[in-house]
Amino acid sequence: MPDLGLEVLLKGQNMARLFTGLLAALKISLVSVVISLPLGILLGTLMTWKNPFIKAALWVYLEIIRIMPQMVLLFLVFFGTTRAFGWDLSGESASVIVFSLWGTAEMSDLVRGALISIPAHQYESGEALGLNKVQIYRYIVVPQTLRRLIPLSINLITRMIKTTSLVLMIGVVEILKVAQQIIEANRTASPNAAFGIYLVVFLLYFFACWPISMAARYLEQRWR
Amino acid sequence: MSPEFITKYLPLYEKAAWLTVRIGFAGVLLSIVIGLLCAAILYYRIPVLTGLTAVYIELSRNTPLLVQLFFLYYGLPKIGVRTDAQACGMAGLAFLGGSYMAEAFRSGLEAVEKIQMESAQSLGMNRYQTMRYVILPQAFSISVPAFVANVIFLLKETSVFSAISLMDLMFTAKDLIGLYYKTTESLFLLVVFYLIILLPVSILGAALERRVRYARFGA
Repeated sequence: MPDLGLEVLLKGQNMARLFTGLLAALKISLVSVVISLPLGILLGTLMTWKNPFIKAALWVYLEIIRIMPQMVLLFLVFFGTTRAFGWDLSGESASVIVFSLWGTAEMSDLVRGALISIPAHQYESGEALGLNKVQIYRYIVVPQTLRRLIPLSINLITRMIKTTSLVLMIGVVEILKVAQQIIEANRTASPNAAFGIYLVVFLLYFFACWPISMAARYLEQRWR
Repeated sequence: MSPEFITKYLPLYEKAAWLTVRIGFAGVLLSIVIGLLCAAILYYRIPVLTGLTAVYIELSRNTPLLVQLFFLYYGLPKIGVRTDAQACGMAGLAFLGGSYMAEAFRSGLEAVEKIQMESAQSLGMNRYQTMRYVILPQAFSISVPAFVANVIFLLKETSVFSAISLMDLMFTAKDLIGLYYKTTESLFLLVVFYLIILLPVSILGAALERRVRYARFGA
């Protein structure tokens, strides 16, 4: 059995430090999710409206955000806007801005998809029953849309958590950065620490995302 | 913007773009192979392998590529598995992409209704013919949108390769920003080169989706 470098985890506060790093990453995702979900619902609903200007503007926004890797968006906001506008932006704020822009775009697309998947006869049947516009949405459209939307948005949350790992590249101290520090500090005592520590980081991310994915799948199957 | 700077460093970006394209497409090809294998295993419910495949898919889909690459590139050499950065990039992309492709192909196969198989059999087709002429064409048509989305997703994911010291587009941009403070020019070139790589793929993908929409005809 080769030395896997796992003993480093038990030294001092190392395990606790890794958790703190994970929490730092999760906090950025959480803030971005809280901003993205309502904004995405709003924009997604606007996309189903007939107004050509709103439609075109939202389409351009969606396409620009989706064609660029999130890493490029991070660089544009973190290096680009600070240079162009001369403001000071911490890595955390830049990340929240980028992930909210991206999350909003993805969420709006999910909302639009869920709304247009409701066939026209649902609206028409509502009218035939004498329901007014608010009642049609309240009792017919929204419940059906939510059933399609909730599993997909839960999946989006796991995607956002995974994407948050990128903030390492603009210097935010999160779990991978903490892992690097621990490995560096124990270079002589446990030269193999990289294996054990990165394995643990991998598993921590897995156990952060997996339950959420399972919940999404459960709801999807239940509401099919 | 300084045009001299842009012309001077254009070749550097070009080289970096080729690296991204090379590793990206190799990774995508490997993902397709892994995805097909996994989808076949899940579809035919091959004992033991089905369980292993399910575990692989969960592990791969619920962890970020960056963390996978760190483990492959910095972790594995400690237990004696040595690889260079390019091979790591490809392996990481294939590890991530394999599960996404598997899900795309599997959901395509499962979307073909049972009655299709039964009708083919009642026409006297054998198992191979049923698969070849009835199931696979429809499954392919249904999985194309997810497949195209995965290809674009994987090419975008290559942007984390600079973390394992591959000199890709992100690496070049960051390097030039750090060296010369030519932020605007460096980022401009970065965006342009990613567009050159991603726009054609996205347009081709959309065209492919339109062409193979036949499975839904008459539905």
